[in-house]
Amino acid sequence: MKKNNNIISLKNICVSFDGERILKDINLDIRDKEFVTLLGPSGCGKTTTLRIIGGFLTPDEGIVEFEGRDIKNVPPHKRNVNTVFQRYALFPHLNVFDNIAFGLKIKKLPEREINRKVKEMLELVDLSGFEKRSINRLSGGQQQRVAIARALVNEPKILLLDEPLGALDLKLRKEMQIELKRIQQSLEITFIYVTHDQEEALTMSDTVVVMNHGNIQQIGSPVDIYNEPKNAFVADFIGESNILDGMMLRDRLVMISGKKFECVDGGFGENASVDVVIRPEDIQIIPPDEEHICGVVKSVTFKGVHYEMLIEAYDFDWLVQSTKAATIDDTVGLSFGPDDIHIMHKMKD
Amino acid sequence: MKKSPILSKIYLLLVMLFLYVPIFVLIVFSFNTTKSHSTMSGFTLDWYVKLFQNELILTSLLNTIIIAVASSIAATILGTAAAVGIHAMKKVPKSIVMNITNIPIINPEIVTGVSLMLLFVFFAARMNFEFGFGTLIIAHITFNVPYVILNIMPKFRQMNPHLYEAALDLGCSPARAFFRVVLPEIMPGVISGLMMSFTFSLDDFIISYFTNGSNAQTLPITIYSMTRRKVSPEINALSTIIFIIVVIVLVSKNIAERKSALKKEVKL
Repeated sequence: MKKNNNIISLKNICVSFDGERILKDINLDIRDKEFVTLLGPSGCGKTTTLRIIGGFLTPDEGIVEFEGRDIKNVPPHKRNVNTVFQRYALFPHLNVFDNIAFGLKIKKLPEREINRKVKEMLELVDLSGFEKRSINRLSGGQQQRVAIARALVNEPKILLLDEPLGALDLKLRKEMQIELKRIQQSLEITFIYVTHDQEEALTMSDTVVVMNHGNIQQIGSPVDIYNEPKNAFVADFIGESNILDGMMLRDRLVMISGKKFECVDGGFGENASVDVVIRPEDIQIIPPDEEHICGVVKSVTFKGVHYEMLIEAYDFDWLVQSTKAATIDDTVGLSFGPDDIHIMHKMKD
Repeated sequence: MKKSPILSKIYLLLVMLFLYVPIFVLIVFSFNTTKSHSTMSGFTLDWYVKLFQNELILTSLLNTIIIAVASSIAATILGTAAAVGIHAMKKVPKSIVMNITNIPIINPEIVTGVSLMLLFVFFAARMNFEFGFGTLIIAHITFNVPYVILNIMPKFRQMNPHLYEAALDLGCSPARAFFRVVLPEIMPGVISGLMMSFTFSLDDFIISYFTNGSNAQTLPITIYSMTRRKVSPEINALSTIIFIIVVIVLVSKNIAERKSALKKEVKL
């Protein structure tokens, strides 16, 4: 019965609030046991998409299929899906045990089974012994773990996570990223994760869905999305980028800032206006010469692993990351290989 | 800020005097042997004995309590349901409805009283009922509902908006989610709304005056009609008892709050 192993399929989903279009014709297939991240800036429609899957919002148009069945009109409490909410939404009047047992008690499971399952969950999220603790006496990270346990104890087919690590500090966030990935792999459940943090998306996901202005911009593996961004928006959002206006003279030859460069892309036609994306870590600083673009170093910032430099050339500030610092006000050349030049169609927006 | 401690102390003293001297006088004369309110002739508890033999006062006291309990519970249920609905509204309709519910609070009680009386007269003639418990309870519910709503709304604002959804997510039907998750969260507001309604209902005079009937007089109305003839020291005795009950309730509430605050601190 399962077609193409898809657990969730969104087909032509449209949503408007007060005349404003939030989602414009979203089509998305999510495979079973996959870790999918919806990534985009705030207001891009990623949380709205998650709420549609959770059943908290009915789309104006389109079909939501769960294992091939239309579930558009199934209320949230009858869906085999659980959610970890932004700011956790733990029940403050219940202790850790009762929060996690909540869903099981609603389903009227026998008490012994509830105790066993809650105990297992507490072990999974590393909170054994915290059963009687009040929610208000937990740290942010601990509350986060309780929220995950409360959702997972119901053994959902899909776990939805709405920016679950947003309130944690950097170190804890990194720990939880690894933790979440481990939980997902050991339980073999589909995770649909919403975030605006590109690094989080790249670290954990099998598939990243980049969204902007209610549209899906690109779907792909983290490596694909980073190395082969489909357009300048994706390139800019996933990591830092230099995005320049360029002219595709013919296949595999592009003109940037009046200079011709060989590249590996083609199929844009001749003399076509394009966006050129070059990652700051792909640029080497060399002594100035005729062949390369040359510019003046405007700023040098120490970032720990590398230095970050702004180099002005032909009215464009190039962002360059290098382990060697240049001197401010020096004129330097910028070197990059044909592989480092990413050509994409001009953005319509 | 130690500018003029003497002035501020005098000010405090004056405030206290204005507030409590009348009550003190009332209490003192409830023990007077004669009916005089100007000279103290001796100590007696006779007025307290007489008070508890006075059929009229005792029945009105009972009436008042029945009406206060019934109307405050009904107003709390109605007001809670209304608050749930108002909370779910969008911004503009929400502010319109909140303003409409606030009108009875700022509206002069005499207007509310007269208008309720006219309404009851209109229906009494057609539906053949008499003024009494029914009209009093309806009137008290009417002026109490806005206070309940006003007490609960801030609790909704403080509540994490995703709590209700989290309960649905974990398998609760909407009704179950309300009783198991939302209600415990807004409970402090519900209880203070209930207490406020109860006290307002207890000491309401103006609206009750227009809506009561011969079979159901409330205590404030009975006292009022007694004082029209002559202020009997029985009323002093009654007022003293009421005052002492109020003080006991207030003090014990404060102690309870202090204790629970201390408990929380210890926990943290």
